[in-house]
Order: sequence, then C-alpha cells, then structure tokens
Amino acid sequence: MGFKKLIKSKKILSLLAVFMLTGTNLVMAQTAAAATPAATDDKSVMWMGAGYYVLLFLLLCVVIAIVGKILKVYDLTRQMQGKKELNWNNLMAVICLVFLLFGLYGAYWSFTVQGSMTLPEAASAHGVKIDEMFTVTTVITMFVFFVTQILLFTFLFRYKHSDKRRAFFLPHNNTIEKIWTILPAMVLTILVVFGFFTWQEITNSADAKGDRPSLNIEVTGHQFAWELRYPGKDLKLGNVNYKLVTGDNKLGIDFKDRNSFDDLEADTMYLPVNRSVRLNIRAQDVIHSCYMPHFRVQLNAVPGLPTFFKFTPTITTADMRNRLNNPDFEYLLYCNKICGGIHYNMKKVVRVVTEAEYQQWIAKQKPYLTDALRKEWNMPVAPAAAPQDTTASQKRLALNN
Amino acid sequence: MSTLAVHDHGVVHHEEGHEHHHDTFITKYIFSQDHKMIAKQFLITGITMAVIAMTLSILFRIQLAYPDKAFPLLETLLGRFAPGGRLDPNFYLSLVTIHGTIMVFFVLTAGLSGTFSNLLIPLQVGARDMASPFMNMLSYWFFFLACVIMLSSFFVQKGPASGGWTVYPPLSALPKAMPGSEMGMTLWLASMICFVASSLMGGINYVSTVLNMRTKGMDLWKMPLSIWAFFLTAVLGVLSFPVLVAGVVLLIFDRSMGTSFYLSDIVLNGKVMPFEGGSPILFEHLFWFLGHPEVYIVIMPAMGISSEIMSVNSRKPIFGYHAMVYSLIGITVLSFIVWGHHMFVTGMNPFLGGVFMITTLIIAVPSAVKTFNWLATLWRGNIRFKPAMLFAIGMVSFFISGGLTGIFLGNAALDINLHDTYFVVAHFHLVMGSAAIFGMLAGVYHWFPKMFGRMMDEKLGFLHFWLTFIGAYLVFFPMHFMGLDGVPRRYYAFTEFESMKQWLSVNTFITWAAIMSALAQVAFLYNFITSIFWGKKATQNPWEANTLEWTTPIERIHGNWPGEIPTVYRWPYDYSKPGAEHDYIPQTTPLSETMSSNLPHDFEDNPVGLAEHTKWVNTHSNQEVK
Repeated sequence: MGFKKLIKSKKILSLLAVFMLTGTNLVMAQTAAAATPAATDDKSVMWMGAGYYVLLFLLLCVVIAIVGKILKVYDLTRQMQGKKELNWNNLMAVICLVFLLFGLYGAYWSFTVQGSMTLPEAASAHGVKIDEMFTVTTVITMFVFFVTQILLFTFLFRYKHSDKRRAFFLPHNNTIEKIWTILPAMVLTILVVFGFFTWQEITNSADAKGDRPSLNIEVTGHQFAWELRYPGKDLKLGNVNYKLVTGDNKLGIDFKDRNSFDDLEADTMYLPVNRSVRLNIRAQDVIHSCYMPHFRVQLNAVPGLPTFFKFTPTITTADMRNRLNNPDFEYLLYCNKICGGIHYNMKKVVRVVTEAEYQQWIAKQKPYLTDALRKEWNMPVAPAAAPQDTTASQKRLALNN
Repeated sequence: MSTLAVHDHGVVHHEEGHEHHHDTFITKYIFSQDHKMIAKQFLITGITMAVIAMTLSILFRIQLAYPDKAFPLLETLLGRFAPGGRLDPNFYLSLVTIHGTIMVFFVLTAGLSGTFSNLLIPLQVGARDMASPFMNMLSYWFFFLACVIMLSSFFVQKGPASGGWTVYPPLSALPKAMPGSEMGMTLWLASMICFVASSLMGGINYVSTVLNMRTKGMDLWKMPLSIWAFFLTAVLGVLSFPVLVAGVVLLIFDRSMGTSFYLSDIVLNGKVMPFEGGSPILFEHLFWFLGHPEVYIVIMPAMGISSEIMSVNSRKPIFGYHAMVYSLIGITVLSFIVWGHHMFVTGMNPFLGGVFMITTLIIAVPSAVKTFNWLATLWRGNIRFKPAMLFAIGMVSFFISGGLTGIFLGNAALDINLHDTYFVVAHFHLVMGSAAIFGMLAGVYHWFPKMFGRMMDEKLGFLHFWLTFIGAYLVFFPMHFMGLDGVPRRYYAFTEFESMKQWLSVNTFITWAAIMSALAQVAFLYNFITSIFWGKKATQNPWEANTLEWTTPIERIHGNWPGEIPTVYRWPYDYSKPGAEHDYIPQTTPLSETMSSNLPHDFEDNPVGLAEHTKWVNTHSNQEVK
C-alpha cells in the first residue's frame, strides 16, 4: 500500500514539473510577445500585459493546489505506514515563532533604515520640546510593543496544543489585574501631564512682557496656492475682509485701515532666525492646513476662522544645509488637509536667514497697494513721496526696537 | 486535530414538525425575517463591499507606486477617470474617499456588527429571534439601498464624492470646489442617511434583544463577551449615529438651500460667495462626535469575537471576565468624550485640545487591560491553531501595534507634527482597519459551521491568514516612518516634492505587499464560496465550545431550538476546569451534574448552593481520608 501511494505522489510530482515547464514556457512566450510590439500602440498589447499577470496568478493557484494535494497524499501515506499524521498545530506554532523572529528583525531593520529617512532635528524652539516628548513616548511605547509582541508569540509556541495536558484554569487574579490597570494609568498620567504642559506652552499666545514683539506674517490658503503678506514698517498687518476681494485685491485687504498701506507681498517665506514669528493663517475657499514639518508647525487654515501659530525658528537654511550635507535643502510649507485635485502640489519655500539678510530681503518686497488699487480706492497715486516716508518710518522702527 | 476523522456523533435529527413554514424563495432568501438569514445577507453584502473597496485601494496604490507610468488598461476600465492610462488627481481622491467610506461604514460597521450581532445575539442569549424581526429585515434593506446608492456614484458624470471620508465642508459643501462635490457628494449624503437608518434599526433591535429576551438563567454576567461587545456597540451606535444625521442634514441644507451652517467668508475661484456666519468647525465637531465612537463601533465587536475565540481555542477561561466587561464599558463611556483629538490642529480653542488629550489618553487604560488579559488568557493555555484562532491572535497583535501609536497621536503636542500624515494612516489601518477585519474574519471562520452547516477548509485558512497577516504588516509598518518624515496623506503623487522622492521605492514596495495581501483574499473567497456548497459537513459543536449557539441543531431551523429554549446555569468560560470530565462544560450543564469540578466561586450569589457544595466537598474529602 505504502509504495503504491509513493508512486502516486511521484506521478503528481511529475505532473507538477510538467505544469511548471509549460507554465514557464507560457510566461516566456508572453514576455516575448509583450516585449516586441510594445512600441506599437496596440490594444492587444495592453490586454496581453494584464493577461500575463492573470496567467501568472492562475499558475500560482495551480501550484498551490498541487502542493496542497501533495501534502494530503503525503499525509495519507504516512498514516497508512502507521506513522503519525502531519501535525498542523505544531507547524503553526513553529511558524508563529519564525514570524516573531523575522518580525523582530524586520522591525529593527525598519527602525534603522527607514527611521534614518525621517525629518531632521527640529528647527524651532518649541520643536525641540516636541521631539523630546516624542523620544520619551517612543521609548515607552516601543518597550511595551516588543515585550507584548514577544510574549504573545512565545506563548503561542510554548502553550501549543497537546492531548496530554489540560490548560491551567485561571479565571482571574485580582492582584495582577490591579497592577496592570494602575501601571499603565501611571505611565499615561506622566505622559498626559508632560503633554499637557508642552501643549499649553506651545499654544500660549501672549508675547512675554519686555520681549521683542513677534513678527506678524500672514499666510492665506486658496486652491491651490499660499499667499504671503508681510507687514511694512509699522509691523502691523491691515484688516482683511473677504467681501473686498477683487481681481487686483486678491486677499481682500481693507485699505481703509491705515495699517494696510505698507503691507508687503512676498513669494518666498523669509524668516529671521531666533525671532518669534506669529503666523496668521487664513483660508479663502476650503480648509487647508499650513504644515511646516521641519519647525513642527501645523495649523488648519479655515475659512471664516482666522488662526495663528507662534514659533521661533532656530536654524538657518544655510546652517541646515550644512548639517544635512545637502546643498539643495529647503524648508517647506505645504498643505496637509485635502483641498481638491492639486492638493498634492501646494507648497511654499521657507527660508530662515539671519536678521541682516532678512532686513535686506524685506526692503526689496513690493507693497500690496499697487497703483491700480490706489485708483480703485480713490487714493492719490504718489510714488515720489514713498522714499522719504520709508526713511522716516525706518527711524521710528529703530527706536521702537 | 485530525481533519480526516469523521465526527458523526452529536448530530441529532429533530423532525418533530416544529413550526413548518412554507417559505417561498422570496421570504426565505430575500425578504427574510430570520436573524440567521439576515446575518448571512449582511455578511455576503459586507464581503462584496470589502472586495470592491480593496480593489479601489489597489488602484490608488498603483498610482502611488508608479506615479509616472501610464497603464492603458486603466483607461479602458475607468474611461475618463484615467485619461491616458493615468489616474485623474480628482478621481484619485474619489478612490481614497470611497475606499474609506466603504471600509469604515459598509464593511466594518454593517458587515461586522450587522453579521455577528444578528447571528449571535439570539443564538448566544437564547432567543428565538430578534425583538423585532421585521425591523431587522428593514435594517438590512436600508443597508443594501445605501450600498447601491454609494456605488451608483461611480456612474455619474463628475465621479463619486472626493473630499475624504470625513467630507469636511466647505470642500464638500461647495459643488464648484471639486468635481466630486457635485452629484457624487449628494449621493454620498443620501447613502449615508440610509445607512444610519439601517444602523439605528439594527442597533435598537440588538439592545432590546439583549436586554429583554435572554433565556432563563442568562443574567448579564453569564453572557459571553461577544454579546457584551455587540450590546455596547449597539448602544454606542444608537447614541452617536443620529448626530451624524444631524450634521449630514445641515450639510445638505448648505449645499442645496443656501444656508450657512458651515460656511462663512468664502471666496471661491475669485468669486465672493454670499455665505456668512457659519463654521466648518461645527461640522467637524458633529462628524467626530459620531466619528470617534465609530472607531469603537468598529473595534469592539472584533474584540468581543476575538475574546470568545481565544478562550475556546486556548481551552481556557478568558482571563478577568469582569475586567474585560468593565473595560468595554469604560471604552464605551469614554469614547463619547474624546472626539476632539481629531481636531487638535483645526484652530479649535487650545484649552479644549488639552482637555481632549487627557480623556484620550485615559482611554488607553481599558485598552491596555484588555490586551494584558488576552495575553494572560493564552498563558498556560492549550492552544489549538484553528484559522479563527490565528485571526483572533492577529487581531491582538495589530491592536497592540496600532494602539501604541495612538499614544503619540492622542498627545496634542505630538499631534501637531503627525496630524494628517502617513503616521495616522498607519495607525488607524492597524488598530481599526486590520484589527477589526481580522476580528471579522476570525468570526467568519469560527461561526461558518453555524451559518452554513459546513466547515471551511483549514489549510486554505492558514494560507490566507499568514499571507494577509504578513502583508498587512509589510504595508502599514513602513508608513509610520513616512509620517515621521512629514509625508501627508491623500497626496496624489510624491513627485512634486524633492524631499518626498526618497519614499518612492518604499511606496512601490508597499504597493506590491498590498497586491499580495489582496490576492491572498482570493484564497478566502474561494474557500468561503466552495465551502458553502461542498464543505465538509459540520458537527453540532465542532469547536467544543460552551456557548448556547452550539446547542442548536445543525439544520438552522427557524426559531433556533426545536423544543424549549435551554436554560443557562453557568458562565460561558468553564474550559479545562479541574475535576471536570471534558475540558469544556457547556452553559446548559447544571452545576449539580458537575459536582467534582465545582468551585466555591461558582456559588457567589447562591448561599444555598454554596452550602451544598461545601457539604459535598466535606463528605468527599472525608471519604478520601478514610
């Protein structure tokens, strides 16, 4: 009986071989067929490509079915020879252990290789605190992760089924349950308390007394770009009213407000290093999210709800390029809330520069109040008066600072 | 366990002529009011929707892996949605949106809760059917209608809704904001209202059945954990889904009647819109008031199912049954006051953010208790690796991996930089996506014999499990690191940012892992369909489980039990009790029949029984001494 089965399984093996051969033949033919007429724009090629993969998959199914049958025959053969049948339960237990080992290595690999591809150090004052919190949370959670996963899969292997014993009847144990309720509660309390204070600190909006006031910058999101507005010499941004939006006045700046006269338009967001920046965030049409990951800054831009985020950049672009050894590095601001078809390409370059460079740059920016707008608002078009005005206000600015 | 041995014992034929209905095809298979048939309807619809949603995900994964490549076949299949063989950016967003909507609502809410609450609540509490079978039928048909409406949006001119599954206005409220916000969005909203109606009718039924129709002896503390989970899930759904309807109705008003509930200060494409005084944040609050309980609606049935299956297959009582129930209750209550953690960076008052952070991190405690209890259940068990058991274990593993990253996201300060990145995608796909779907698959493998009277193939189940389990980790684990690099979700391509190009190769890898997991589902579908017709005939209690459903005949008659409904005498987890004859004692076995295995603990509320037990123990120990 036994060797009869063996012959049968050999037959199946040879059948498998034949299948594999014809299979590879087919595949080869398909690849050849798919490769040659690729240049010609023929519909049949397209179906051939898809057909090739479908065939490949069907072949795989056939192979799996055959392997299954072989296993079954092998199992039956063993039983006929009076040996024990295949113990799938033990096999699964072993695979659990193998999975654990490979999984641990995979997690380690992912942490080292992909972990090194993540954002560089925080380039803002509060970002450093966030990163510290992140590290603490990572250490705690990864400890729990590894311990629980290792326990889970080793238990599976260790306590696999055996007819010889019974499971240990353990419905509950109040002591240990109390421990593992209170322990996570304590750890989480620590995380909550630290998180709460860090959060309060980050979102605390008032400028400390005696400090230099924050630099106001307005960023407005619309489909699919960001508009920047810098205050002029008065360091104040003029009011905005969406009803005033026209072709020329795309932000709807209210030029009845004197603060708006010297507001400046910019293409790139320049930030002076080590100076507190108050980013005033607006949206015109749908919700956008102003996301500057290198500074650990994110806040949604909501139409009808102006928001702001205060932060202090600490590393200049040039410095960061050196640190990362990447001469093309740029800080970026991008949209992080689904806002329509071009959502994936809604960015602004952000440059952190020294105070001197910043002053140089801001002097070159154009005011929002163009001649066309002056006409629209019935204001005198007086370009000649401007230079004198600037010097006077610069002096005032210097005194203020 | 031998799969070749034929179990024929336990098959009892009940042909007493109990309630012989003359069902027509329509009353039996279509407008059925039998909870078991409705459960199957939910399951099969759910699986169909899952396959569709999975296909959508493969489509957008291909786009992410090969952003610069054209696939002419796509144009043939999708027409104007993939001009030149490349997905249209707006259609990409539609795919993401509909994938999310279908998976969260149609598969993991209706497919999971609908199937197993319907199947198991009457069977496990000992009832002939649901409290209101007619409403139960309506519940399915509203769900079916919702599915049809949702899928029909693929056939409208501008394509399906595409504002993300959270459909935040103004994007979803302004038809001109994107193509998907036109007809597609209207259909989405209509579908969602039908869905909520379905979910409410189901939920009310589940709650009233559990509360009113338990069999004799089945007090609340004798219910299996699966019933506790379904019950609390239904409570959550009944209390939170109506809020979504409120939000959706207001959105419909804003869209088509010119109201401004969510809209204010809007200039679209240079045109000033007349809306004034509304707030998009209001919608976010309304949405997440359902949206957060929703993730527990998704995961709690999976937890209940896994607890049950792990106990049966470890041949060991679930560890800390009371703690498990209390943590479920804790999760239920807390889940109502954590919704704000989805809104830390929306511009909501930061103080509110701080409060929501505290409540959110508290919810980690009951979740941790559950995890440790599952581990303790496995400890010193006698573990049988049935496919159902493997999936339950996979659920625990995913729940740990995904749950831990929730501690990052629940922390408002850390959320600033992680919000809406791939870190979030990885987090919720593990903790609620994969974990819940594994709970569902575990349930399918475990209760398949109860549904169809046949067994599923074990080996194919193993293959299905390992490919899916490994595949899911390969897909979602690397995504954490993309998130830590600040890669936003819902981006059509990463080609426009120099810094994101380093992730292109990872994306290709993820896509192939996703394709592998998707193909692994073919093993499941093949197994599922063929086993319905040609599977090995099931025995009455194939897993040697204690719960009531295994006391019903294999034939699945209307009314569940041919004679009287059995009485329950004990909790459902008397596995491997020392001194017992077998390693399981069904709930229907009176304590008087198992004197040798009774423990003082079994008589907590029963002083008479305790006295008798002590007497019995004394006489027997005396005999031993003599």
